[in-house]
Amino acid sequence: MDLGTFLIQVLNGVQYGLLLFLVASGLTLVFGIMGIINLAHGSFYMIGAYLAWSLSQHFGSLWLAILAGVVLTVLIGVALEWLLINKLYHRDHLYQVLLTYGLILVFEELRSVIWGNDVHGVAVPEWLAASIRLTDTLAYPVYRLWISAVCLVLAVLMYLLIQRTRLGMMIRAGASNREMVQSLGINIQLVYRLVFALGVALAAFAGMIAAPVSSVFPGMGNQVLIICFVVVVIGGIGSVKGAMAGAILIGLVDTFGKIVQVEIAGFRVLPELAGMTVYLLMAAVLLWRPEGIFGRRL
Amino acid sequence: MTEAKFRSSGRRKFLQDTAALGGAAALGGFAPAIARAQARKVRVGLMLPYSGTYTQLGIAIENGFRLAIAENGGNIAGREIEYVKLDDESNPAKATDNANKLVTGDKVDILVGTVHSGVQAGMLKIVRETGVLHIGPNAGLNAMTTALCAPNMFRTSFANSQVSYPMGKVLAERRVKNAVTLTWKYSAGEESVNGFKDAFTKGGGKIMRDLWIPFPNVEFQSLLTEIASLKPEAVYVFFAGGGAAKFLRDYQAAGLKGKIPLYGAGFLTDGILEAAGVAEAAEGVETTLHYGDGIDTAKNNAFRLSYAKAYKLQPDVYAVQGYDAGLLFVAGMKAVKGDIGNRKAMIAAMEKAEIDSPRGRWRMSKAHNPVQDFYLRKVVGKENKVIGVAAKSLDYPPASLCKMA
Repeated sequence: MDLGTFLIQVLNGVQYGLLLFLVASGLTLVFGIMGIINLAHGSFYMIGAYLAWSLSQHFGSLWLAILAGVVLTVLIGVALEWLLINKLYHRDHLYQVLLTYGLILVFEELRSVIWGNDVHGVAVPEWLAASIRLTDTLAYPVYRLWISAVCLVLAVLMYLLIQRTRLGMMIRAGASNREMVQSLGINIQLVYRLVFALGVALAAFAGMIAAPVSSVFPGMGNQVLIICFVVVVIGGIGSVKGAMAGAILIGLVDTFGKIVQVEIAGFRVLPELAGMTVYLLMAAVLLWRPEGIFGRRL
Repeated sequence: MTEAKFRSSGRRKFLQDTAALGGAAALGGFAPAIARAQARKVRVGLMLPYSGTYTQLGIAIENGFRLAIAENGGNIAGREIEYVKLDDESNPAKATDNANKLVTGDKVDILVGTVHSGVQAGMLKIVRETGVLHIGPNAGLNAMTTALCAPNMFRTSFANSQVSYPMGKVLAERRVKNAVTLTWKYSAGEESVNGFKDAFTKGGGKIMRDLWIPFPNVEFQSLLTEIASLKPEAVYVFFAGGGAAKFLRDYQAAGLKGKIPLYGAGFLTDGILEAAGVAEAAEGVETTLHYGDGIDTAKNNAFRLSYAKAYKLQPDVYAVQGYDAGLLFVAGMKAVKGDIGNRKAMIAAMEKAEIDSPRGRWRMSKAHNPVQDFYLRKVVGKENKVIGVAAKSLDYPPASLCKMA
């Protein structure tokens, strides 16, 4: 592999990592900080993608579709928290797993009823549709670079929200001791409702932004769900910085795992085992630091 | 103690059963056995996906099968046909139970299905154990007509490597010197790539690199970068459905379209050209398959017309495979004059049947896989236009790999 190709592959890895961060950011908030295990996170990603497809056809613009889609998914998030999730805060994690797994099935069925089972494509907005030529055979799509930029902006905003604002302080305090925060006169119920809705909207937003590059198809949410949990766990539960580091690390490992050829004792280890590299990385990180790279000591 | 109890209840049951049997014999004693068997409807078990990603495929196959029966008058050789439908959910974990339910529970005379290779593998276990007549209308796992083949098992679709072999042959004939392959790392993908490689290398081509991606991962960017730096003369890929749509668009976005020509098994471009941007990304991509758009034969035109009339839908390759499964069943039934219990004669007739299919006439190989033509198709607009025949009467993987008892 020459230097040029190597650098492009690094770019691929970082870019994929940033996309992973975008998808996992909502989960960082809901699972990492609030401590709610939300298996339906992937479903919201899928719902976002389908909304981007159907609304952009309706409005004729992806931007309007994203705007309307975010408003819609915030409402869905608030409604879900009010109807279901808030009944489970004081229960065991297992109940949250059961409930949100049930939600996966419900959303998958609703998707089938409302939008059908076909594969759809979403057009890249005109002014981002170009590609930058890197070598005589390879070009880089501008839209992917734009996604990376959006991810970076979002990461900074989330970091500021959690670490530097009053709301962020309430969220963090609520995560460590709910009752105490409540007795100090803060409406923690409302804070949680908002944060959950924000998490749902972030997942859906990720689906909408990713729709033009990933296409829209049934079961697309399940593909991202596991990897999102891996990102949050590697980075350290409760840390936005950690989620970013975890996502980039996974992006690079996944990228190079697919193309580097490694042989040990005549047996081709890579890329044959490319599907496992990410999970081996997770195992290694957890052995080294059980709380994750940027996690608080347990 | 418990043993004694079981035995006594067993004896009581035995007495009850014999009494019931005696009663039945007394009532029906005068009717000849054959006539009673003939009067019973022939039960066709349809084990297909009626939910999930493959729902449309399951429906197309059933539609095709029913159309073939309807065109032959609905009653075949004087026997009424009764369908027992079961949704296999494309769930391999439930496959043996589901197949068993139809075969031993519903006592179907013939089992038709399915789409998903993993489910098919489970079905084959039951089919081999019970010896029930079986027609596979889609799943292309090579083993079904090689290592696991059996006299009572037929397939009206394709073998995975049978579809890709013609593509390798065409590229070798065009004197393409080297190629890179890329697929999901799972059995259908590997079989497809192996078929391509077999024909391509036999014809003098060289494989520069086999690239894999874990199933169902769709992050292709690093692999596209690798392809761009290897600069092969051709790229052969196996993807289907949503993954295929994404791959085609990514291939274009990475600037590879028009620089390094892309080839694939027909599934790469089937059923996804309506999605926004996909037809444009796929324009000019050549694939091989046993069906395509613009096969201008009387049979195909008539089939397309009556299918559209009956179901208000355009038929696809899956509908054709289901239709041919119906024709195969009809051919067997007619040969035994409706006596489906006459297995030996029924199987012999199905083996010898010439199927007048919309895809073109074909026969069964010794391994019970279609010996059929494969078309070379090119994406033009939203169609997979047939531009030639890539391989005539192809028997692959060779039927000699099947050792049928």
